[in-house]
Amino acid sequence: MSADDSRDDSLPEPRGHSGAEPGDDSRAQSRPESPLRRRAKAFAARFRRNTLAMAGLLITGSVVLIALLAPVLAPHDPATVNVPARLQGPSLAYPMGTDHYGRDLFSRVLFGARIALQVAVATPLVAGAIGVPIGLLAGYAGGRVDDALMRLMDSIFAFPAILLGLTLVAVFGQSLTNIVLALGIVYIPQFARVTRGSAVSVVEEEHVRVARSLGASHVRIMLVHVLPFCLSAILVQATVTAALAIVLESSLSFLGVGVPSPKPSWGSILRVGKGYVDSGEWWFSVFPGLAIVVAVLGFNLLGDGLRDVLDPRTDPNR
Amino acid sequence: MSDAEPLLSVRDLKRHYPVRSGILKRKTGAVQAVDGVSFDLQQGETLAVVGESGCGKSTLAEMVIGLDEPSAGEIEFEGEVIAGGVDKAFRRRVQMVFQDPFSTLNERMTVGRIVAEPLVIHGEREDDRAAYVRDLLKTVGLDPDRDYDAFPHELSGGQRQRVGIARALALDPDLLVLDEPVSALDVSVRAGILELLRDLQAERGLTYLLISHDVSVVRQVADRVAVMYLGEFVELGGLEAVLDDPAHPYTEALLSSVPRVRAEPAPDQRIRLPGSPPDPSDPPSGCRFHPRCHLRERLDDDDAARCVAADPELTEREAGGEPRPGGDDDRTVACHFRPGGRNY
Repeated sequence: MSADDSRDDSLPEPRGHSGAEPGDDSRAQSRPESPLRRRAKAFAARFRRNTLAMAGLLITGSVVLIALLAPVLAPHDPATVNVPARLQGPSLAYPMGTDHYGRDLFSRVLFGARIALQVAVATPLVAGAIGVPIGLLAGYAGGRVDDALMRLMDSIFAFPAILLGLTLVAVFGQSLTNIVLALGIVYIPQFARVTRGSAVSVVEEEHVRVARSLGASHVRIMLVHVLPFCLSAILVQATVTAALAIVLESSLSFLGVGVPSPKPSWGSILRVGKGYVDSGEWWFSVFPGLAIVVAVLGFNLLGDGLRDVLDPRTDPNR
Repeated sequence: MSDAEPLLSVRDLKRHYPVRSGILKRKTGAVQAVDGVSFDLQQGETLAVVGESGCGKSTLAEMVIGLDEPSAGEIEFEGEVIAGGVDKAFRRRVQMVFQDPFSTLNERMTVGRIVAEPLVIHGEREDDRAAYVRDLLKTVGLDPDRDYDAFPHELSGGQRQRVGIARALALDPDLLVLDEPVSALDVSVRAGILELLRDLQAERGLTYLLISHDVSVVRQVADRVAVMYLGEFVELGGLEAVLDDPAHPYTEALLSSVPRVRAEPAPDQRIRLPGSPPDPSDPPSGCRFHPRCHLRERLDDDDAARCVAADPELTEREAGGEPRPGGDDDRTVACHFRPGGRNY
């Protein structure tokens, strides 16, 4: 037997010796930090090395900051009407110009970030809360359960998102909460699909078979042995969905069924602004449009970056 | 073999997987993964099942552990028939050490949680679980201070397999099914794991069912050996008897393929088996080994026809066979022409 592969625990051994095998020297001698902290650190290190993810984080972080600090950053009240100052071009006083009521567009775009952010955070939560359990069950159970659930998801998916969103808002009524609910329902199938896709392959893995041999219940196997391996795919989906939700909310607002005024949704500003493009007031539609582009770009970059960072095949710990 | 009631008794166990084909998925045949296996396992002993990959030894292990259900036959544990689904009481007394410690440990769980999982599932030791798990880690040669909060990817192969063994021990089982416990490990750490298994058996009176294709591993751990070919036992007997003086031609061939370090007395010529193992969904008639049997070439036509016609049962050695090294061995052999030793 190899001398290093000691199993005699009666001897007082130096830490880090027992059970150690040749070629193990690089391993830490003790692990003072909690397992969660070590995982988080490894993740952060990989994240920092990914330019895409960092760029996404920077943009998304800025959007979050702007949303939080909007009351401080905004030079004017976003709702105060000042008719004499209507439709002014960008100036020092009004960096993005004013709208048809003389409201400061810069302040309105800043406050619009709050709506965009609420939509971006709440929509994946709603969609995930329903879609993830459906996908997990479908992927774990397989067979007819899988077929039934996924065909149901397909039937939701078959509707164009904008049409489904319109219908649901019409049914629920027009408010920020209802819009988030509607958007959440629209994106349920995506979470179900992503979760099912991961679960189907995880279920085939040996450690699931082992859990079964230990007598673990189905619920336990799903939650402890399958779901954790789907989380990275779900997280990436959440980021992508956040971007899609911002676009869809803007679209609904653009069509006039979005967040009701006077809340300054980027989409509703754009809707009014488009009427003034021909008459030369370009700032009215360009700035809210740019805000949408930047926020969506941020979430998409973050999603793509996370996908790379979370890919287990590039795990540097192995 | 003692007369005491066996811990585990397997009777005529079969596992046939249906083969379906055509658009109607009609059953057109069956893969006979395990086809009529019987054996007794006494408390505290180690029975090794050896054979090539695909011979059905892993399926046999899965049925014993309750991961797979027999198509026919019975498994008795302490005299009680385990019928249909395996219940929780049985599961806790029979545990398995799995082959690949890289895929059988949940990578998202810490070592402490992995080893504690059987306890959580069975609601055991809720008060002193952590302390108990730390003791278990020490028992299998790990350092609880260092390894309790480690993730599997932070451990080496040998250490991972020790974690697997600790998990199998958590419920204090009577029977451990060892499914190729060291075949995924570096040669340098195998001996340590095998020694741990031997020590645990001595300390805890464990009974082992060892599944292996590696004769050298079997030699180090087993008391008795069963040789499996195409879903059937072809030879079953004491370790020395079977490995040092094989009776069945397949056992001979299997052992002659093992490289030897020392020049042992009169080593037989290496026996090369022609072809590959037959398709288990369409096994040969009569003796399943006959198309590849080197003994059959030496038989006259009448005897050779018997091999094709009739499937030999496992039979005890005839009295009057020449004495063998290793003494009396309760050996049984499934060969028409070798029940009493080397008649040819």
